[in-house]
Amino acid sequence: MIKQISVFVENKKGRLAKITEVLGQAGIDLIALSIADTTNFGIMRCIVSDPDKAISVLKQNGYTASTTEVIVAEVVDEPGGLASVLGVLDSAGISVEYLYSFVRTPNENALILFRVEDIGTAISALRENGVKLLDSGDVYQI
Amino acid sequence: MYWNKEIECMDREQLGLIQLEKLKATAKKVYENVPFYKKAFDDKGIRPEDIRRLDDLKHLPFTVKNDLRDNYPFGLFAAKQEDIVRVHASSGTTGKPTVVGYTKRDIKNWADLMARTYVFAGGNKNSVIQVAYGYGLFTGGLGAHYGAEALGAMTVPVSGGNTKRQIMLMQDFGTTIIACTPSYALFMAETMEDMGIDPKSLKLEAGVFGAEPWTEAMRTEIEHRLGILAIDIYGLSEIMGPGVATDCEYKQGLHISEDFFLPEIIDPDTLEPLPYGEKGELVITTIDKDGIPLIRYRTRDITSLHEQTCGCGRTMVRMDKVLGRSDDMLIIRGVNVFPSQIESVLVEMADVSPHYQIVVDRASNVDSLEVQVEVSAALFSDEIKRLEDLRNKIEAEIQSVLGIGVTVTLVEPKTIERSMGKAKRVIDNRK
Repeated sequence: MIKQISVFVENKKGRLAKITEVLGQAGIDLIALSIADTTNFGIMRCIVSDPDKAISVLKQNGYTASTTEVIVAEVVDEPGGLASVLGVLDSAGISVEYLYSFVRTPNENALILFRVEDIGTAISALRENGVKLLDSGDVYQI
Repeated sequence: MYWNKEIECMDREQLGLIQLEKLKATAKKVYENVPFYKKAFDDKGIRPEDIRRLDDLKHLPFTVKNDLRDNYPFGLFAAKQEDIVRVHASSGTTGKPTVVGYTKRDIKNWADLMARTYVFAGGNKNSVIQVAYGYGLFTGGLGAHYGAEALGAMTVPVSGGNTKRQIMLMQDFGTTIIACTPSYALFMAETMEDMGIDPKSLKLEAGVFGAEPWTEAMRTEIEHRLGILAIDIYGLSEIMGPGVATDCEYKQGLHISEDFFLPEIIDPDTLEPLPYGEKGELVITTIDKDGIPLIRYRTRDITSLHEQTCGCGRTMVRMDKVLGRSDDMLIIRGVNVFPSQIESVLVEMADVSPHYQIVVDRASNVDSLEVQVEVSAALFSDEIKRLEDLRNKIEAEIQSVLGIGVTVTLVEPKTIERSMGKAKRVIDNRK
């Protein structure tokens, strides 16, 4: 399981720049990032090099932030790669709340982050089907 | 033109005698029938028979809005429930409305007073009166409606909203008097312009506007754009509803129907009565009501009274246009809104009091209400749909408490301006 940081962001010019600046000044590296948005507000979700420090820095700067446990799976970078992993979750009766992918260099396998309701069941189902999951040690070093 | 010349132009000395008799009867009625007043009179050591002159009014106890809420729903009614034929209600600070009741005679008198109001605006039985105040628990719609019928006018009960249809009916029915909030009148003028309709091509002659504070500048604009006479009416549901006071074509203040309502101006801090001409809080005693007569009701409205006979010939005392309230109540689209009502909804949702701000604006002459809520850790969720659900739930909750539409915006913590450590709760951009 990997700790993801979620931050509440108003849909206003310059807000993301400010948040990433706060993290940058604290020496925190962004490893993966996704934004979910509505017309009024958004949620910035990210994997960072030091989640605990990130949370405390964000709170000190007045942001509302929380951590969520997610799964990061290695997916073969070829057509149908993601489909087979999603198929495993589907057969196990697990629905995906959201997912997004990591930025990687070419020729490497893709890394996909999943947020599911029942994280324990999802992990065992994926492992049983030979899907490689990354642990926090792997991810925070990327 | 008058509806009841004898009363409206009565010699003030003679009027005083009538008022004294009615005041004595009212004091006796509430003392004998309303435990709240019996206690209030006893606490002050005064009995109804101690009232000998009108000036003795100042010895009687005050009534405030809270007293209606504390005695919710019917505790201040002086008439038996079997004699009450209608109730109206307005919003209160805790979500519980303040309730007023009317007997058959009260309803008839109210209609008669509203008919008087239409005559101020030039109305008669040939008038076509379109009532665009909201119908329902709010006194505006039904009050204006029965007054128009009592006048003998053709009454068009459209209620509020659906502006294009309102305009179509005005054209087709030949509406001569419109009754609505002043901001809605301006919105109608704008809509007419958008529709390519020249307001001056309509038969509209006058408007009876009230239920929200408005300025002389707004009156000039309405009169200019719609080409009509704009009359200001004043009322509040606790006292009766619309028709308590109305201004005439001389626009020198609103004539209070003193045969029914005894006005005073007091200093809101010392509670001492102030002489004519001085600014203070308006206090009204209803002297001819059966359902819920109120003694020295503090309206919270700041104004002053003038007793000189008006150019129109009426001797009834005039009050200045009400522009300020002595508490934090907002009037939005004619509905009373207290910030504390919104706060109580938010506290219920979050278990703690979140920082919030109420932003009132007027776009295209319609009031808008926005509530900005800071997303605290207690409210935050990592999932968009949960946050959206929260937002919708707050909107629905506030809407059901206030009875008017609201937009809720979720904002980042610390974005709401604070002064002296306290968040500024209300921003009213309508001024």
